[in-house]
Amino acid sequence: MTLTVLLPRALYPYARGSGALRVDDACLTVGDALSVVGRRWPGVVDRVMTERGEVREHVNIFVGDESIRFAEGLDTRVTDGDTIMIVAAVSGG
Amino acid sequence: MTGLSNEELRRYARQTILPNVGLDGQRRLKAARVLLVGAGGLGSPAALYLAAAGVGTLGLVDFDVVDASNLHRQILHGTAAVGTPKLDSARARLADVNPHVTLELHETRLTSANALEILRGYDVVVDGTDNFATRYLVNDACVMLGLPNVHGAIFQFEGQASVFCTADGPCYRCLFPEPPPPGLVPSCAEGGVLGVLPGLVGTIQATETLKLLLGLGDSLAGRLLLVDTLGMAFRTVKVPRDPACRACGTREITTLVDYDAYCGTPAPAPDGSAAALELTPRELAARLDAGAPLDLVDVREPHEWAEGRLAGARLVPLGTLDAAMDTFDPSREIVVYCRSGMRSANAARRLREAGFHVSSLAGGILRWEDELG
Repeated sequence: MTLTVLLPRALYPYARGSGALRVDDACLTVGDALSVVGRRWPGVVDRVMTERGEVREHVNIFVGDESIRFAEGLDTRVTDGDTIMIVAAVSGG
Repeated sequence: MTGLSNEELRRYARQTILPNVGLDGQRRLKAARVLLVGAGGLGSPAALYLAAAGVGTLGLVDFDVVDASNLHRQILHGTAAVGTPKLDSARARLADVNPHVTLELHETRLTSANALEILRGYDVVVDGTDNFATRYLVNDACVMLGLPNVHGAIFQFEGQASVFCTADGPCYRCLFPEPPPPGLVPSCAEGGVLGVLPGLVGTIQATETLKLLLGLGDSLAGRLLLVDTLGMAFRTVKVPRDPACRACGTREITTLVDYDAYCGTPAPAPDGSAAALELTPRELAARLDAGAPLDLVDVREPHEWAEGRLAGARLVPLGTLDAAMDTFDPSREIVVYCRSGMRSANAARRLREAGFHVSSLAGGILRWEDELG
């Protein structure tokens, strides 16, 4: 299967400048996909998840246009071809 | 209903012939009161278009002065305005754009003590602030007062826009329940911003404001618009109202909180402990003149350092503070400073937690130059 994980620009430096990560491993859930990303790009996942493995409160993860916070959280199911988008709060004005 | 003069009828002719606007819509705009929090990158285009469109009363909240580094994006202000209050140049520019607009200028920092008083009485609030502390303050005040909050935020090449706090819609805390912890999210001063980006996002905020006032179209309430200028892609994602939201759901948040700027921890209570962490420019100058044994640390970014610094200072950008902790001498007093005192307050708190004797220069280099330059 192939999933795409889109990053906010503030996380590009932690993925060697890339904003779209391809995940080819078999994943059932968003949490699985983030584990794969974390093995390759630990700096990305450190900034998305707390030390306790929860999504940080200034971060939202979307599968398509649906927030996983209002689905099954990290247990939200993913299927081949899904795009997982990480959106972090920004403060600039 | 509010009348329109012949001059106003000519001025708004291309707008009043629009279907669903007409003279009634124009009169509605003239009767409307919109508050813009921040007269910077987002507030500039939003204010210009709202004034041009004929919104009758525009309030502006800002306490800053124009800096040369603002000019590539803050189009309310010109070169001649550098060093003067932003609200002065905003007033002159907006009065020229549309003299029929009444301007209400609030030259102050929005705080938990004045936010409700300032926001009350407006129909719509436009959030164009540049820090998380004020964003949460604006959101919570809008929830308490039942005011729509037209949101915009930017970083480098990306922007976000939405409409919060409508009758049935989510608020900012439904999307982001709490601010990020200190140092985790860089500011525009640290990360930079494409000058035209706030132009895009600020005009989206102006558009959403006009739609709300006129009752037109589908607002961004319940959706977050993500603007990517490099990919030139606009995406929207759903933002449901969260029944567990502490602000608009359970209503646990019943008083306003002043967060430390740029971080997610409430500021210390005003019991003297916070005040003791700050030195005024005159106090610092007097101590330096007296040869006090202190280490001066600049926590700005290298490009800011290159433009000028306090004599004898050492550069430790805020993002590298943790890594540099071991290099500070715990037997000496540290004074940290930045541009306006926000980043240095963050640094001072972290250094104090690590056991150092530390103060922050109140108001940063800007106030130093104002008072001693």
